[in-house]
Amino acid sequence: MSLSTEAVKQARRRLIEMHHHSKVGHLGGNLSALDAMLLVHHEFMDEQDRFILSKGHSAGALYVTLWSLGLLSDEELKTFHGENTRLPAHPPARGIHAVEFATGSLGHGLSLAAGLALSARLRGRRQRVYCMTSDGEWQEGSTWEALIFAAHHKLSQLTVLVDHNRLQGFGATGDVASMDPLWQRLAGFAVEIRIADGHDLDDMRASMSPSPNDRPVVVILNTCKGKGVPALEGRMDSHYLPITDAQVSEFMKDESMKDEPMKDEFMQDPVVHGQSTRAGQIMHAEHR
Amino acid sequence: MRRQFCAALLERAANPNLVFMTGDLGFMALEPLQAALADRFINAGVAEQNMISVAAALAKDGFEVWAYSIAPFCFARAFEQIRNDICLHHVPVTVVGNGGGYAYGVMGPTHHATEDYGVLLTLDGMRVTVPAFDEDVPGAVAALAQNGSPGYLRLGLGMLPAGEQAPPFAAWRRLLPGRGPAAIAVGPLAGAAMTALVELPESERPELWVAACFPLDIYPPPAALMEKIKRHARFAVVEEHIKHGGAGSMLCHWLLMNGVALSGIEHLHVKAHPPGRYGSQNFLRRQSGLHVESIRHRLAAWSRFERASPAKVG
Repeated sequence: MSLSTEAVKQARRRLIEMHHHSKVGHLGGNLSALDAMLLVHHEFMDEQDRFILSKGHSAGALYVTLWSLGLLSDEELKTFHGENTRLPAHPPARGIHAVEFATGSLGHGLSLAAGLALSARLRGRRQRVYCMTSDGEWQEGSTWEALIFAAHHKLSQLTVLVDHNRLQGFGATGDVASMDPLWQRLAGFAVEIRIADGHDLDDMRASMSPSPNDRPVVVILNTCKGKGVPALEGRMDSHYLPITDAQVSEFMKDESMKDEPMKDEFMQDPVVHGQSTRAGQIMHAEHR
Repeated sequence: MRRQFCAALLERAANPNLVFMTGDLGFMALEPLQAALADRFINAGVAEQNMISVAAALAKDGFEVWAYSIAPFCFARAFEQIRNDICLHHVPVTVVGNGGGYAYGVMGPTHHATEDYGVLLTLDGMRVTVPAFDEDVPGAVAALAQNGSPGYLRLGLGMLPAGEQAPPFAAWRRLLPGRGPAAIAVGPLAGAAMTALVELPESERPELWVAACFPLDIYPPPAALMEKIKRHARFAVVEEHIKHGGAGSMLCHWLLMNGVALSGIEHLHVKAHPPGRYGSQNFLRRQSGLHVESIRHRLAAWSRFERASPAKVG
């Protein structure tokens, strides 16, 4: 199923609407991850394929992706982050069929994905496993354990997507614990490295094919935290703070959405935002 | 118990769903299993966190997975993986900790596991099995395989006294009759307790039981033991585990929650953690009062005191 630019825009609007409605932060890393998540689900995954969201704080993007596939209803998205919801801020355990594992503590997902890939091999199944990590997550030792394992066992069924938005919880990845350039670190293992613009569908399409060399594929997606919302783009505080009414208005103007207005509740929902305590804008360098 | 464990899994090797993972341990013990399982025997390397998560994923796909290492390396290093990836998803991985308690002796405190089952039993759905004797291992493996639950198997060094026969494996077994109150041992210390008590006259010794399976809500004490505990309102526990979270505290809580009035408990547990001096498992047990002579002295005195001053209940 081909993914159109318009479908990506629609999903982005729905993601922003959902986070705004729920007054939830973590939007920046959801917006950086969304395009790739949509593309993989719509164009690359067959019914038997698996997806593990290792950067569990991008659960909103995953829920919207499942919504775009008709696997979650619009009504259910409205429960995001609420009481008695199936959709918590990080993917749940044993609640939603398409969500294989509860994640959120970083450093688990790649091992789980490697296990699923090994399972496919032992069962003789032609099945691909996709795993999305953050870039800060590569500071977790267990992620390297998983990479060593996947490379050693030549788990060529595995494709790892690294959301390389260069911002983490309390600083830029290059300032907190630099692994720059990340691709060079990863290239030290027997994996196939590709680099793509994580907001360019064609560029990503060209990067997702399996390796011809029996190796896991690692696609480093150069992305922009807060992609699509000018007030959030490249800003660390988009990791935490809910989107404000003003930021939503700015986003709507920028997206030229007048021909498809947001739902009423989107703009009428009374939201009390803590005013931004932006400690300083962190510029997003080199995201392309 | 490693040889018995290997033999028990070899019996199950024909099951195409069985996968065995090791954190680079098993030299001169697990080679036959490696040969039998071929690509279903996976040495995950010195990377226990990854091993446990991979095991969880395999189990989610229907494999029966055994993940093996030295006890502290698999239960403590990978605790979050056990919690999040195995237990939150209730997948049937059995974590196998070789050398529970002080079994690795003079190897030092990093190799001891004296808080393993107390910690793991805080996790939802976790079932723990602690074989007491080498002969228990096949039954323990079979029981864990049938559970379909997250599991932990604590292996040690069986100490069945010469000339004695181990009763068939079960969650609860009576090892020695006695006129005194019940003494409950956990794991291989049951053999030490048998050695300590077997030569005392039946009229002067506690009744010795061994507990092998937890939690107590799933494996409650049998009626005969309950009757004994109610009659004396006291019992003793002997375990190679720290006091907090051990079988002693679990039993007290379970009995009180089930309306059994207690006037006391004699709890022989690991005290020296970490120990100030190092030596063999027996040396370390002695430091905690868990070697044969200490057990005999304490339980005989406690049993006599109990008979002289019967507890008033109710």
